[in-house]
Amino acid sequence: MSAALTIIGDFLAGLGRAQFFLLKILGALPATLLRPRLVVHQVYSVGVLSLIIIVISGSFVGMVLGLQGYRTLVRFGAEDSLGVFVAMVIVRELGPVVTALLFAGRAGSALAAEIGLMKATDQLSAMEMMAVDPMRRVIAPRFLAGLISMPLLSGIFCVMAIGVAGGHAIGVELLGVDAGSYWSQIRASVAAEDLVQSFTKSAVFGFTISWVAVYQGYHAAPTSDGVSRATTSTVVVSSLAILALDLALTAFMFR
Amino acid sequence: MQSRALEILVGFFVCLGVAAVFVLTFRVASLDTVGTGDSFSVTASFENIGGLKPGAAVTMAGVKIGRVRAITIDPVAFEAEVKIDIANSYNMIPEDSDAKILTAGLLGEQYIGISAGGAEKPLADGSKIKFTQSALVLENIIGQFLTSSASQGQQQPAAE
Amino acid sequence: MPPAPNDSDMLVRVRGLHFGHGTRKIYDGVDVDIPRGKVTAIMGPSGTGKTTLLRIIGGQWRPQQGTVEFDGVDVHKATQSKLYAMRKHMGLLFQNGGLLTDLSVFDNVAFPLREHAKLPEAMIRDLVLMKLEAVGLRGARDLFPEQLSGGMSRRVALARAIALEPDMVMYDEPFAGQDPISLGVLMRLIRSLNQSLGITSVVVSHDVDELLSIADHVYILGGGKVLDHGTPDSIRHSQSALVQQFLKGEPDGPIAFHYKARPYSEDLLGADR
Repeated sequence: MSAALTIIGDFLAGLGRAQFFLLKILGALPATLLRPRLVVHQVYSVGVLSLIIIVISGSFVGMVLGLQGYRTLVRFGAEDSLGVFVAMVIVRELGPVVTALLFAGRAGSALAAEIGLMKATDQLSAMEMMAVDPMRRVIAPRFLAGLISMPLLSGIFCVMAIGVAGGHAIGVELLGVDAGSYWSQIRASVAAEDLVQSFTKSAVFGFTISWVAVYQGYHAAPTSDGVSRATTSTVVVSSLAILALDLALTAFMFR
Repeated sequence: MQSRALEILVGFFVCLGVAAVFVLTFRVASLDTVGTGDSFSVTASFENIGGLKPGAAVTMAGVKIGRVRAITIDPVAFEAEVKIDIANSYNMIPEDSDAKILTAGLLGEQYIGISAGGAEKPLADGSKIKFTQSALVLENIIGQFLTSSASQGQQQPAAE
Repeated sequence: MPPAPNDSDMLVRVRGLHFGHGTRKIYDGVDVDIPRGKVTAIMGPSGTGKTTLLRIIGGQWRPQQGTVEFDGVDVHKATQSKLYAMRKHMGLLFQNGGLLTDLSVFDNVAFPLREHAKLPEAMIRDLVLMKLEAVGLRGARDLFPEQLSGGMSRRVALARAIALEPDMVMYDEPFAGQDPISLGVLMRLIRSLNQSLGITSVVVSHDVDELLSIADHVYILGGGKVLDHGTPDSIRHSQSALVQQFLKGEPDGPIAFHYKARPYSEDLLGADR
């Protein structure tokens, strides 16, 4: 009984701390915006280094959808609608969600581990003692970089999955769907709202992942065990949050 | 110099992401046909719109010229009132043109096809298309088919 | 922020300090004065919270009671920006250096200069090389922290701590785990920085002989209190049994070898078995 209460209490306290931490990050953001160089360097380690995994995964996901969609659609003689099927599924759901899950695994965990280790090795304290605010110098640039990178990566994922190497490669090049109808059907049915939805989702996911990652890293216990736990919970917490938020956002934007 | 290479990579990454968003906007979604600002709006009433939805295409001779903006019920006539956005570049469509609700293929989506009339005055913002033809509803067609075949084949009762 | 002129020759004044983690009390009313321009040693058995004292003086941790004044200003009543301005006048040398692992030795020393002083890069270069020369590591400027030995890391961290030319440098266990040579180097550095630049130095350690040989003033902490303080000579002749046990390194004395426990025989024979 009291153990359960402790767990609930810890959970609520963690949630509360995370809110205060977010306020601190937002407070540090203006100072960070004055030093775009710091953000650029973080966009490199958070965004550019995630590019390969996003490009490859996007292609594979698009190819699988192409194969599966074709199998089903060809039974109704509707294989010309393959493009619509792939595009709708990717743009509305899989693009933002899969990108976010990969991003949490690739960039979120790296952020948490890096910040956790900086804390464990007194680097953050050393900065404080050099009168440099780690919130401004370390945390806020990483947070911002995650926020910027995620929608871009999601866009790249969508293009790879629908076009370049995904559904297009399988449907048009391999299975012989007409390229004209593949693209024209996509254009006829994907609306601007779908893209706005997709973009909104990826931005919200980017915000969530960056927030969870920097929070977990900054509050990690300064031991190797603490850092490994922070890394794990970053991936677990942000993945769960992404899926739950996806449901909420889809329901909210459903028309 | 190492930091310069890094910054170039980041710039490349951002370009790639922005390009992806552009491709999605202009290649995947059909924003290029009808922009948000440069279109005018007309209305048309239909007895039955079938499965027509907001966002459906509006075509003329097979060329996409606009989109369905909204569908409401006319409270007096109890007909469906469809609001259509047509791109400004198509400002010479005769006023007496007629609008039909058509279906793309057997299972495809429904859209509005406009065939040109002969009047000199073109459709403008706020005009109403007077001549319309409702959607073909499959049940009605089957019903018609059954009645006509029943009246034709009274000598030989239709095999069940 | 030029601090208000202070006629006192004490740079740091700690009064009535109380601090604890949870139920564990670390300080129970401690007064410490750190004289300007001198080397002050703070000694005590492990676990007496010597490092804690440095973090409290640096304003990273808050005491439960009591005040800490740095150059006449209360550290824990200052706003964040004032506190940061104060920290530019104090350096803290962490036990493991606290070097930023993604920067080279040069960039580590340049870090505080680039963050605070808007100087042209050429001038930063000269300043950094001067500081590195002072710790004898000018040649190691392109190495990364993982390529340095423990003693070298500390020397780089020292160069970084003095980059902004602070009034005071606090050394947290500078001698722990050092071989005799790098220990000698570090001792000479602490002394020479104090003499040539007039930097007030606070050294926290439990290496008795080394500290007594370089310090001007010594504090011995134990059990949450100041056990004794004075010049190294007066400390050597301290009346306190605890101090004597600590200085001579005797295993048993006022600080028992055994952690608090019930009687041995009772434990073995198992009263509650």
